[in-house]
Amino acid sequence: MLTELAEQVKANMSIYGRSDTDLYGVLAEFRNPGELVRAAERVHEAGYRRFDTYSPFPIHGMDKAMGLGNSKVGLFCLIGGLMGLATGYLLQWWTGAVDYPLNISGKPAFAIEPSIPVIFELTILFAALGAVLGMFALNGLPRPYNPLFYSERFAAASDDAFFLHVASSDRYFDLDRTTEMLRTLGAVFVEPIFDREEVGDDALDVL
Amino acid sequence: MVAGNLTFHDVTELVSYHTEKRTPLGWYGAFGLANIGLLILLTCIAYLFWNGVGVWGLNNPVGWGFAIVNFVFWVGIGHAGTLISAILFLFRQQWRTAINRSAEAMTLFAVMCALLFPTIHVGRVWAIYWTLPFPNQMQMWPQFKSPLLWDVFAVSVYFMVSLIFWYVGLIPDLATLRDRARTKLRRRVMGVLSMGWTGANRHWRNYEKAYLLLAALATPLVLSVHSVVSFDFAVSIIPGWHTTIFPPYFVAGAIFSGFAMVMTLLVIARKVFGIEDIITVNHLEKMNIIILLTGTMVGFAYITEFFIAWYSGVQYEVFAFKNRAFGPYAWAYWTMMSCNLLFPQLFWFKKLRRSIPVMFVLSILVNIGMWFERFVITVISLHRDYLPSSWDYYSPTLIDILTLVGSFGLFFTLFLLFLRFFPMVAMSEIKGVLPQADPHYHGRGDGQAGTHPPTLADTV
Repeated sequence: MLTELAEQVKANMSIYGRSDTDLYGVLAEFRNPGELVRAAERVHEAGYRRFDTYSPFPIHGMDKAMGLGNSKVGLFCLIGGLMGLATGYLLQWWTGAVDYPLNISGKPAFAIEPSIPVIFELTILFAALGAVLGMFALNGLPRPYNPLFYSERFAAASDDAFFLHVASSDRYFDLDRTTEMLRTLGAVFVEPIFDREEVGDDALDVL
Repeated sequence: MVAGNLTFHDVTELVSYHTEKRTPLGWYGAFGLANIGLLILLTCIAYLFWNGVGVWGLNNPVGWGFAIVNFVFWVGIGHAGTLISAILFLFRQQWRTAINRSAEAMTLFAVMCALLFPTIHVGRVWAIYWTLPFPNQMQMWPQFKSPLLWDVFAVSVYFMVSLIFWYVGLIPDLATLRDRARTKLRRRVMGVLSMGWTGANRHWRNYEKAYLLLAALATPLVLSVHSVVSFDFAVSIIPGWHTTIFPPYFVAGAIFSGFAMVMTLLVIARKVFGIEDIITVNHLEKMNIIILLTGTMVGFAYITEFFIAWYSGVQYEVFAFKNRAFGPYAWAYWTMMSCNLLFPQLFWFKKLRRSIPVMFVLSILVNIGMWFERFVITVISLHRDYLPSSWDYYSPTLIDILTLVGSFGLFFTLFLLFLRFFPMVAMSEIKGVLPQADPHYHGRGDGQAGTHPPTLADTV
């Protein structure tokens, strides 16, 4: 049960396991963002859940097509902000009113008014860190290894090409049927991706 | 908005090429000059540390001179970058995508230059860590009721958040450079820096949310940082300093001078790097409109200050402003007025707004004017306040001036390094606002969509 949960969490980050034949999934290339969105919609309708699309920029409407809900980064940001708020308040209160009070022209040892700038800045800092670290955590980054990088065509995903990848661990995955479905959806190129463990034949060391 | 009917691949090529080509001689020349400036800066700082703050022209009553003026100047310049990145993003101004990367880099380097000055001006630099709330051997803490300490927090947070924002924006572009890398070293370095970014939609979803949140956080941060800097002056009791107009006036001035600096840098960079189709005259015109707007706001603040000083009837306030315009520093005051209020009004004329030589000269004049504004505020109010027997005249020493010149050396050294090694335009963001990025551009699903430029897939 725990392994299933771990698998699902990793699937949400687009990290999948391999099958016993080292097959990681099937990668399909589409011509443009419009076709990719439509293909993603159909793939989702067909019941596939462990798939993702790849593009050089976020595509408008893709989240809805893939049936994805709202991102959870906001929660991390909020928690960070609240921690920053508490830190700013406690820091100034404890140092100013408890540990070493100083007489600054007769002003109160701790007052909220002069404490606002530091509280505000720390809130913003911790909220920003929360948002970014939360984003990394939810995305499973940094993750320099990805079997998709074995595909030579995939390098264009950060340039001008659009891909859709279905993982072999998806319940409806079947190499032939899934490949056929992707071709009918308009893929111009489909290839199986293998999760190779041996670093020796590293495809990236071509040059 | 992006001219020349560029394809996605064109954008990648135009921008990435400059990080991959052999370093041009011109870059070495500019870098050499910048390094000379940097050396001047380091020499001046070493001389300062060895001999103490007496090497500057400070006296009694002018205890704050060039160092604080330079600090406020550089922090102000930094604010335009965050405005372009964060505030224009929230207002959905897509034209920002051409300039936001360079502007954010400029912010980082400007804030580094800014942080330098409060650090070195303290006299006992070895004790500067006392400003940070770490448990120490004296069992003492910083004094949190002081705006000088609020500055430490505000500017440090500003630097960290700007760095985070800039880096997060860079990740997809570093992935592009990684995928184009021809040598193993470059691939490894870019691979590490880009954290394994694949462009997966699940990742983009979280990325966009984080980007939006950072923009939403950076906006009040910008407003608060320069307000806190203005508090250095506003919480005092000196005529000309103790006024509630300072926070909004400083923020408007910061945006004004920052945009002018971005303008100076981009007019040169777009020509040298051949990206006039990405940073078009339309983009520059919009920046000039913002310069005109904020310049007029700053000018309005000047007039308001004058009015209130007269209307208040307080003799010290009235004198302070008469002294600015007609006293021994009148030359500084009128430089400021003409550069900040007068010359930017030329931008009401469309022809001048779109003229490259005019906007380049004007951006430099604005920066000069804004430096003088900080000088006018700091020095003129200090040199003649309540008690005439304390009055004195402040002159900068050679070290003062060379440190200022040297700070430009630091700034340009860092900026040139950025231009050489990092993509100076946010490629993924530009691609996202091209017309062919919209799914609906490509027709209704029959694959034979309208006129879209050929992509990699079409060559199969």
